[in-house]
Amino acid sequence: MRISPTKFISLLFLVLSVFYLYTAYNIQVFAFDENAPFNARTFPIYLGWAGIILSSLKIILPEKITTEVNHKHLDYKSIIYLIIISLIYAAVILKIGYFISTSLFLFASYYFLGERRWGLMFILSFPFVAAFMYLLHGLLNIYLRDPFLKYIGVMG
Amino acid sequence: MIEGILIGLSTALSLTNILMVMVGCFAGTIIGMLPGLGPMTAIALMIPITYGFDPSTGLILMAGVYYGAVFGGSTSSILLNAPGIPGTVATAFDGYPMAQQGKAGKALAIAAYSSFAGGTISAIFLLVAAPSLSKVSLAFRSPDYFALMILGLTAISAFSSKGQFLKAMMMVVLGLMLATVGQDSLSDITRFTFNNMNLTDGISFVLIVMATFAMSEALTIIFRGKDPNRAAKQISLTELGSIKVNKEETIKMAKTIPRSSILGFLIGVLPGAGATIASFLAYGMERNYVNEEEKQKFGKGSVHGLSAPETANNAACSGSFVPLLTLGIPGSGTTAVMLGALLGFGIQPGPRLYQTNPEIFWSVIMSMYIGMVVLLILNLPLIPYIARILAVPRNYLIPLILFFSVTGIYLMSFNNFDIFLMIGIAVVATFLRLYDFPMPPLILAFVLGGLMEETLRRSLLISDGSPNFLWDRPITLIILLITITIVGWQIFSSFRKKS
Repeated sequence: MRISPTKFISLLFLVLSVFYLYTAYNIQVFAFDENAPFNARTFPIYLGWAGIILSSLKIILPEKITTEVNHKHLDYKSIIYLIIISLIYAAVILKIGYFISTSLFLFASYYFLGERRWGLMFILSFPFVAAFMYLLHGLLNIYLRDPFLKYIGVMG
Repeated sequence: MIEGILIGLSTALSLTNILMVMVGCFAGTIIGMLPGLGPMTAIALMIPITYGFDPSTGLILMAGVYYGAVFGGSTSSILLNAPGIPGTVATAFDGYPMAQQGKAGKALAIAAYSSFAGGTISAIFLLVAAPSLSKVSLAFRSPDYFALMILGLTAISAFSSKGQFLKAMMMVVLGLMLATVGQDSLSDITRFTFNNMNLTDGISFVLIVMATFAMSEALTIIFRGKDPNRAAKQISLTELGSIKVNKEETIKMAKTIPRSSILGFLIGVLPGAGATIASFLAYGMERNYVNEEEKQKFGKGSVHGLSAPETANNAACSGSFVPLLTLGIPGSGTTAVMLGALLGFGIQPGPRLYQTNPEIFWSVIMSMYIGMVVLLILNLPLIPYIARILAVPRNYLIPLILFFSVTGIYLMSFNNFDIFLMIGIAVVATFLRLYDFPMPPLILAFVLGGLMEETLRRSLLISDGSPNFLWDRPITLIILLITITIVGWQIFSSFRKKS
């Protein structure tokens, strides 16, 4: 039996709702609040049940409008590269600082999306990020934490 | 009211704020023009920039971006037949055929004049309606607000689901679930944090908006990059033709604009409806109004057919501010993003905003009008140049959107947990969008989650745990009956389709 992607997503949502409801019932409330008409558990419990009912209906009821996605037309390679680059960017941003990590992220993203005009890639990464940082930090006075630039004395 | 208008004008006409409207309209036009990126993404991308501004200036910038994005959406509809936002889909019906006939400049001018007129008329309606409705809404109590929020969420699900109501309602529940993460507002008990300190304060609104719109939009564009149906269409940007509108066309527009403005404004006020429905209804209504000869021109470059949706979508934009400013309840995904931004500034919109922060209330209304003028006198002549943005390769565009999204989150928290969380939510949202699970209901639910729980708590405590509060007050009952009608209609229409 083939399950449609929409029904599969609904099934995942059902599992999520059951887990959410279980966690909601286990929320610790103050002893005097246990039997109150409304405590920290009440709203999440309603939501958990609503999620279970809606996702069950979606799974049980026949699909009238099916969403067809042609997987041959989906560019999995580029999106996986982009997600990996973004995760690396998130992992190193605190260690090597905003300026270098962001510039490298932009440069790598241009590269993996197929760009090979090196000069333009450079201008739209390092000088672009520097100009953006100047706009935020220098002109708009929005604090932008960058331990590396602080260490080498560029930022105060 | 005159005093309020003067307060609004003096705030909106300060040099900084005029500059912000201009920057907002310009940036909004560029972002809105890019297919797939609508006002919600445009406003979300602006949030980090507004951190350093005072609330009035920040909101004025966002209002400018909103109008600019709607105008920009029309431009890509007319030039490429690729609507930047759903609200400008109907614009392409007659705008694109006009562009193909070598009258792209004229089509853009008609769209700009119609938008200006629609926006102006509805800004006047807003000026009159908002203060009166503010006074009426002071009579609203917690059960009424709770019922109103249920109505708003049901309506946005019904209107944005493209016939898949259950999917939209699932997104509503998901949005509400995400809103419950963190400390409970009354008891300070932490919920769904799984002992992670980073989740104690809950998930940030900006993070959710950036993940589900800006970032997931960028990922979707890349993901569907090989889809031949979505490949960018090319148009000669040097041959836009004249932007002059002749007398006959002006007369046609003059007939269409008033009725489409009224319709657009009224639709915009309704929770959940907004620009998309307004533009389609206006298109349909206009087709019924014109004579047989004009009717034949619809879909082939009709002035009426272009002017009506353009007028209505801008009028609906102003209309959608009515529930936001007077009740504190956004009627659309875009105004939900603006509500989040308002809350970020420490301002609670609602009936008291009119009294406690009149300068914000009035300056936003006045800046809408100034935004219209800016769009007309600044953007229209610049269209041939702005249109070149459509030629920006996605290889540069996508990384820059991702960069703005990550920067927005990093500026808020300076930790990388939020960035990881945003990437995770964006990936999930990308797959959900692929299978037509709509995101606006999720955003609206996330924004309203806290308020909804609070009003339900008050209602249940007052009624001692009894559900009687749902039908005790006539206003609550009427609102709930409307909600039941919408749900009933969805069930009825699904059975009708089946048969």
